[in-house]
Amino acid sequence: MATTTDKSRRDFMKLAATAGGGLLLGFGWTSAAADSISVLGEAAGAAAGGVEFNSYLSIGSDGIVTIFSPNPELGQNIKTSFPMVVAEELDVDWKKVKVVQAPLDAKKFDRQLTGGSGAVPHSWKRLRTAGATAKQMLKEAAAKRWNVSVNDLTTENSTVIHKASGRKLSYGELAMDASKLPVPTDVQLKDRKDFKIIGKPVRNVEQKNIVTGKPLFGLDVYREGMLHAMIQRPAFGMKVKSVDAAAAKAMPGIVDVVTFKNNVAIVGKSTWQVKKARQAVKIAYEKADNIESTPDHDRLFKQLLDTSNEVVVRRKDGDVEAAFKSAAKVIKSEYQCPFLSHSPMEPMNFFAHVRPDGVELVGPTQTPERARTETAKLLGVAPEKITLEITRLGGGFGRRLQADYVLEAAELSSLVKAPVKVIWTREDDMTGGSYRPAVRYRFEAALDAQNNLIGYKLRGVGINSGNPTREDNFPSGAVENLLIDSVEHKSPITTGPWRAPITNFLAFAEQSFLDEVAQAAGKDPVKFRLDLLTKAKAKPTGAIKYDIDRMRGVIELAAEKSGWGKKQGVFQGFSVYFSHASYVAQVGEVAMVKGKPVLKKIYAAGDCGIVINPSGARQQMMGGIVDGLGHAMYSKLTFKDGLAQENNFNNYRLIRMNEIPEIECHFVDNGIDPTGLGEPALPPTGGAVANAIFKATGKRVKNQPFIDEEVFKTVS
Amino acid sequence: MAIFKLQINGRSYQADVEPDTPLLWVLRDHLGLVGTKYGCGIAQCGACTVHINGEATRSCVYPVSAIGTSKVVTIEGLSANGDHPLQLAWDEVDVSQCGYCQAGQIMTAAALLKKNPKPTAEEIESGMTGNICRCGTYHRIREAVKLASTKTASTTTKKS
Repeated sequence: MATTTDKSRRDFMKLAATAGGGLLLGFGWTSAAADSISVLGEAAGAAAGGVEFNSYLSIGSDGIVTIFSPNPELGQNIKTSFPMVVAEELDVDWKKVKVVQAPLDAKKFDRQLTGGSGAVPHSWKRLRTAGATAKQMLKEAAAKRWNVSVNDLTTENSTVIHKASGRKLSYGELAMDASKLPVPTDVQLKDRKDFKIIGKPVRNVEQKNIVTGKPLFGLDVYREGMLHAMIQRPAFGMKVKSVDAAAAKAMPGIVDVVTFKNNVAIVGKSTWQVKKARQAVKIAYEKADNIESTPDHDRLFKQLLDTSNEVVVRRKDGDVEAAFKSAAKVIKSEYQCPFLSHSPMEPMNFFAHVRPDGVELVGPTQTPERARTETAKLLGVAPEKITLEITRLGGGFGRRLQADYVLEAAELSSLVKAPVKVIWTREDDMTGGSYRPAVRYRFEAALDAQNNLIGYKLRGVGINSGNPTREDNFPSGAVENLLIDSVEHKSPITTGPWRAPITNFLAFAEQSFLDEVAQAAGKDPVKFRLDLLTKAKAKPTGAIKYDIDRMRGVIELAAEKSGWGKKQGVFQGFSVYFSHASYVAQVGEVAMVKGKPVLKKIYAAGDCGIVINPSGARQQMMGGIVDGLGHAMYSKLTFKDGLAQENNFNNYRLIRMNEIPEIECHFVDNGIDPTGLGEPALPPTGGAVANAIFKATGKRVKNQPFIDEEVFKTVS
Repeated sequence: MAIFKLQINGRSYQADVEPDTPLLWVLRDHLGLVGTKYGCGIAQCGACTVHINGEATRSCVYPVSAIGTSKVVTIEGLSANGDHPLQLAWDEVDVSQCGYCQAGQIMTAAALLKKNPKPTAEEIESGMTGNICRCGTYHRIREAVKLASTKTASTTTKKS
């Protein structure tokens, strides 16, 4: 076996490049500098794309169709499902489709972001039209060549066919001619019954690259001369007073220690050298704002629930005070959730190279356009001078909607005048902010003598929570007298959207409370919800912003599939939620094992309209449920003097394989244009589980994480 | 700094690094083998799992100086053509969401199957519990390990 020197290492890298089919190499590195690794296939794919038909697709003379996927891929499987839609209308052989992540290009694409489960509804018609338009042009090119009417032509499997004469031409043969034709503006889209790709399970297009360890993610980006950087950030409410970096600067591989905006950046030649030198930097901090701890928040929540100051009324129907005065029964309950870290498996990182002639940004972001706009503003550079290449994201969960870590990389590159990759350690990720806000809710319900729900109140109080309610969601519209308001405490602890923002906790609280009300009213929880929907339909109160029939549909499907109310030996809990334009109902099944409730199974029924990729859709549904369950059960961030106390996976608990229940997913088949699934399966899970725990134990879990609640502590 | 000669994926490499540098960062920063991922740095998530002499090992806490003549296998070297039964099963079951943790999951599963070619569901679960998947693909990971175990077992049967 030959000893690998620098030269043979280069050979090895070339070998890897050949095997990988797209690994780009930088040349002329020195032994001290990192080799260059670009994430897989991106630029190469764009170059080898053949004839461009529109923003979404090009066709090569070899018949290979390159489909550009504009939105960042973070595991929602959009890089597979979007091209499926284009390929469907194009009538292409899926095996001949090559998918390429498009870089940020505001001229070609709009809403090039991943968030709010919004990409599918936004792009459904655009993607179909892109495929159908190209198909029409290919047919017209064939019609010209054969001198026949375009109406006599059909397409199948990347081929245009003239049935009458038996002639056939492949898309590859027609691509060049077709691309020169005028672009038709009014194309026929397929009938749903003719779909061949949509609705069939299609495997993740990146699966083989993932399982063989190809460079795909932001953290995998290495460029010639690139420096590595870590940043020490202050606790919330603190600022930098002084920095002594002399010892760190003298350590091997350290290029510089730079302080900017209360950040102390250690910049060097390798990750490990930077990490070690970081420990040698002495930073003194001083107070700049409120320094908060979790007990402060707990006290504050209780005050704010009773305050009359700075209350924002979100929705008011009827006369809620009169309803409560006339009530035969009043139910009142409070629920609280802690801050959460997003903790995607790939920690925050970004590559930036600020040069005199422009800026190169590469990395994992859910919002490339925001990242570019904010970078342009920060550096005083025109946005056109900034390129942004979107790598695969090793998870996002909303954290990568923020541009903070992109700006750090850009600012540092500008300061040290070199290409820089900023990497957050896991501890940085958990202490560095932009959390799911901590919120406390107080619900009140008024029942009349016949146990009808006549009044409903919700107050949400939160830390940097914005509006912690979703005032127009169910049961709004089904209750004559209703008041939903909120109070926000402004804190130096930063918060931001976390997968299914607000509803990731609100849904649990609301669906648990509705279970309490059903219990108090002596009604079956499913029937209670259906009766409210019937009432909302017959006699709506105020605006109704959810589809009553679709919500009913998932409730009935979940009840049917779970054998609701018909099972012996297990305890079932029900939950349903509408978020991000999709509907999901869930039934949790709990059994008592050695005196403790154990979750055995979750049934889920979803309505996201047409299911584009059943494999991906089931995966989103199951992943959303596992995510919702794991965080409801186990995760919390607590603060001491502005610093998160849980800072890595040893003390911040995430769900693991031995803690997952069986999950059974069903989808309503209604042919409605599709909506997203990245988030909607998460919100209902906590409620389905908590309500099942109540059935099993007679005890309500009202605070997250559930594991800290009494019911999991006492062994009877 | 010191020069370390390493046997990785059946090839010889050398790296000029400090002795306490974790294998993870030697692989990533110095040898261009980026399939092994950083997730926590404290051996809690399994994203950095590689094989050292066949044992699943957390490379984020394994100093390069401790490797000596041990043979290291990373995800890039698990199979010649990406056709290890687990890699094929991962594709067949369509396991990945974001995919970041999956190399570590596969390396953990590969070591498990080597020791125990026909694990029960419980054995798969206890063997894989050290690996976190933040996307929650656990059901399919379990299914893919099971699928791979049936294929490995049948291959072994045919050969014998």
